[in-house]
Amino acid sequence: MTTPPDDRLRELAISDTGFVFDPYSGATFTVNPSGLVILEALRRRADRDAILDLLHERFDVHGEDLERDLDEFLHLLRHHGLIAEEGAS
Amino acid sequence: MSERPLTIGVTALNATDNPGPGVAVARALRDHPDFKGRIVGLSYDAMDPGIYARDLCDDLYIIPYPSQGLAALSDRIRQIHEEVALDAIIPNVDAELPSFIRLAEPGGLLEELGIGTFLPSQELLELRSKAQLEALGERTEIATPKTRVLTSVDDLYELGDDELPYPLWIKGVYYGAKLARSVDEARLHYHAMVAQWGLPVIAQASVSGEEIDIVAVGDGEGGMIGAVPMKKTVLTDKGKAWAGITIGDPALLEIARRFFTATRWRGPCEIELLKDKEGVHQLLEVNPRFPAWCYLSAGAGQNLPYAVARLACGLPTPPRRDYTVGTMFVRIAIDQIATLDQLQAITTAGELHYPLSREEPHDEP
Repeated sequence: MTTPPDDRLRELAISDTGFVFDPYSGATFTVNPSGLVILEALRRRADRDAILDLLHERFDVHGEDLERDLDEFLHLLRHHGLIAEEGAS
Repeated sequence: MSERPLTIGVTALNATDNPGPGVAVARALRDHPDFKGRIVGLSYDAMDPGIYARDLCDDLYIIPYPSQGLAALSDRIRQIHEEVALDAIIPNVDAELPSFIRLAEPGGLLEELGIGTFLPSQELLELRSKAQLEALGERTEIATPKTRVLTSVDDLYELGDDELPYPLWIKGVYYGAKLARSVDEARLHYHAMVAQWGLPVIAQASVSGEEIDIVAVGDGEGGMIGAVPMKKTVLTDKGKAWAGITIGDPALLEIARRFFTATRWRGPCEIELLKDKEGVHQLLEVNPRFPAWCYLSAGAGQNLPYAVARLACGLPTPPRRDYTVGTMFVRIAIDQIATLDQLQAITTAGELHYPLSREEPHDEP
């Protein structure tokens, strides 16, 4: 029995300070403010473009660096089984 | 709940760097708000650290090692019972379980004295032995690493094939595991295991992944009284958990349920699993008693030692369903101060009763 990534993302315990606990695996990690925004957006099922817009708006950052950083972060989440392969696209 | 106070015997107070579970079991009993009784520590060695943990046990007795035979254990339990009137005993050492199971048989000493236990049968005890792991896996439909039982050194030369390639684990029948990278290393480990634990020796595929353990209690009828899964977060050099955290993967509770349904296990156990890279939970071992970290069950809201104490006393004990995910334990090594009075009492009389001199001796000489 494997828990679907959507459920795992929804069940994450996320504090305001960016401390994240995955109750399924017992893993803990910390994310910065932009990571926090991305996680919350993913839980609302926002797609990649919507997340990019949100990051532009909240942090006043633009360009290819932002897209690359987002993709790296999404890759990490996929690696840990927190989003499905097509989760944020 | 206003029930009569219970007097519970607890073994395995050897809280060393590879701790026995007795101290955790006694702490869990002591912590439960409904537990108003006495805890009687049953120790094999006068230097067991749990003896000197003030406020843990009310009475402490030295009992004979299992190797001294059933008659010696029976005599000692009868003697202790005359002094403290035990309601139940929770044995916590693998090697003593066959003795306690025999004493708990109908018509046996414990029934005669009215001392309760909540233990599996001898048949079930053998079913979960390391040598039977694959059969247990088939019976419970839980995946297991490829395992072979070795009864001769010649068997080693059949290892290293596609089914069981090197590196692989060479395990003692009761305890110990060494990684072998070649047949030469396997021979070395084989002889060391035979010398320490006897035959058979077990060869097991090396699987990498996350170590997850479940402390659980079966009701003996196929049901589950409670279960708390824990992921090890810090390991000692012996691979024992020094810290861990409760996790909420429903697949783990399903594995525990499957184990109890298939075996009708009665009593506490520790289900050791490894989650491999494909996400499959592989059953490594089932220990037939509480693990040393079982106090975490009390911390997470299930207090399984207290549940077993009640079951052993024949008291109604509904299943525990919930526990707090994300509850951590972190061990600590502390120096306890003991007095000569304590050491003298447990060494010469074989018993110690608190309060003796509960205050720690810290006056200037």
